[in-house]
Amino acid sequence: MAIAALSFYVFAFITLFAAVNVIFARNPVHSVLFLILSFFSSAGLFVLMGAEFLAMVLVIVYVGAVAVLFLFVVMMLDVEVVASRKGVARYASVGGLVGGLLLVELVLIVGGRVGGLPNQTAAPVLPIPEMAERTNTQALGDVLYTDYILLFQTAGMILLVAMVGAIVLTLRKRSGVKRQNIQKQTLRTIDEAVELKKVEPGSGL
Amino acid sequence: MVDIVKFLINPFGTMIGGILMLLVPILIGVAYYTYAERRVIAAAQLRKGPNVVGPFGLLQPFADAVKLLFKETIVPAGSSRFVFIIAPMLTFVLAMVAWAVIPVGEGGWFADGPWVIADINVGVLYLFAISSMGVYGIIMAGWASNSKYPFIGALRSAAQMVSYEVSMGLIIVSVIVCVGSFNLSDVVRAQKDLWYVIPHFPLFIVFFVSILAETNRAPFDLPEGESEIVAGFFLEYSSMSFALFFLGEYANMLLMCAITTVLFLGGWYAPFDVAWLTWIPGVIWFALKVCLLAFVFLWVRATVPRYRYDQLMRLGWKIFLPFTLFWVIATAGVLVAFGWLPNA
Repeated sequence: MAIAALSFYVFAFITLFAAVNVIFARNPVHSVLFLILSFFSSAGLFVLMGAEFLAMVLVIVYVGAVAVLFLFVVMMLDVEVVASRKGVARYASVGGLVGGLLLVELVLIVGGRVGGLPNQTAAPVLPIPEMAERTNTQALGDVLYTDYILLFQTAGMILLVAMVGAIVLTLRKRSGVKRQNIQKQTLRTIDEAVELKKVEPGSGL
Repeated sequence: MVDIVKFLINPFGTMIGGILMLLVPILIGVAYYTYAERRVIAAAQLRKGPNVVGPFGLLQPFADAVKLLFKETIVPAGSSRFVFIIAPMLTFVLAMVAWAVIPVGEGGWFADGPWVIADINVGVLYLFAISSMGVYGIIMAGWASNSKYPFIGALRSAAQMVSYEVSMGLIIVSVIVCVGSFNLSDVVRAQKDLWYVIPHFPLFIVFFVSILAETNRAPFDLPEGESEIVAGFFLEYSSMSFALFFLGEYANMLLMCAITTVLFLGGWYAPFDVAWLTWIPGVIWFALKVCLLAFVFLWVRATVPRYRYDQLMRLGWKIFLPFTLFWVIATAGVLVAFGWLPNA
């Protein structure tokens, strides 16, 4: 257990350290890299809680896909480091407000759990299966594809629509581009590609 | 001597011992894989290859390592120093860390269960997570070098790896649907009677091509295409940091071969359930299968010319992705229709 506690502190410290550095790093690319480190160490925290499936999905989706695109964009933008620092004082109040609201919400949620608010009992207690006999993945799948199938499908449809929308917005057909048509190329036969001419001496074609 | 035995008996010592027993052979394997690559390609091109250092040039990898160790590490001016140095380390560490969940054998004198460092429930997802992080080493190297060619190489490589990961994920889904577990040992055990390469043969081919692209190997080695962008993302690297990239890449290739072995070639099982074949320990079968696939990597490199970038993207998105998606649905359909679903 000592190792679990030690790992918790290590991961928690790295998560917080990285999260703070996301804001304070001078270089935007360094910020994104710290963000990735923070994602990764929160995945470590998930593992410690026994939520191994969530941990892996967090790494695959956020670290492996979302953050890569993020990093791409930030690298290509070529943000001027000094200029991006100038507006800090102006935006501090808005940022502080949002942060304060989030903090209050968090305190309410956590406080409600710890203090045991009376309306908590209204929520049905889901049977939690034994870790040994039911893996994370199976337990999640059972709930996701039975009780919440409609919500799951709806979320999928929304994502699909968003994807189609993004493609429609960015797709453009330019004229005058020489595009390779592989099917046309491979279906070409010698009859249509080559034409033999008999050239009489002394007269051109 | 007694102290060593005592250390190996306590759980922490067993873990360290296990890790060493896995990593040392892998590192030696990686060193000799670079040698094998040069010999195989030389044979394919009717040359001799390295044959001077030691008998048959067998000491060549060590000579290379010593040479690289004693060279000067050059950090380019205007580069992001920390990121520049951490990038090859990340590549190498990720290539090693992924081996933790690969089961190389089972039972026998050595252990009761599968021979694996971490027999976790989500092994397949873990592998996928680690391999999807591999792209960072490359992007970081390309960006931190503060140079045009590495940056272009890194962008190419990142786009390529992200594209092929999608179809790899779908292929893994098809296999997992047949197994009913994310545990890699279970994946192997499910293939005791029938290796998945037989029912899923087209998938096996697609997967193999995808891992060629994922590891940036020929014919998909555009990120390091010499004729266009010099050496790609590790252009600015020298000495040990270059060696780490190199080792990381070759370790990744062996890792991908091991994953293919686990998913399709029945892991540690002998090809036929015959006494004199099953008598050979599973770990040897596993190593043989990995070597076979690793040889195909080299064979492909010696044979096939490099793809153009648009062809690479076309293959990934327009051919592999629809095909693997179709195959997932077809597999699930067949399993449901015949009532073959595991854990149903």
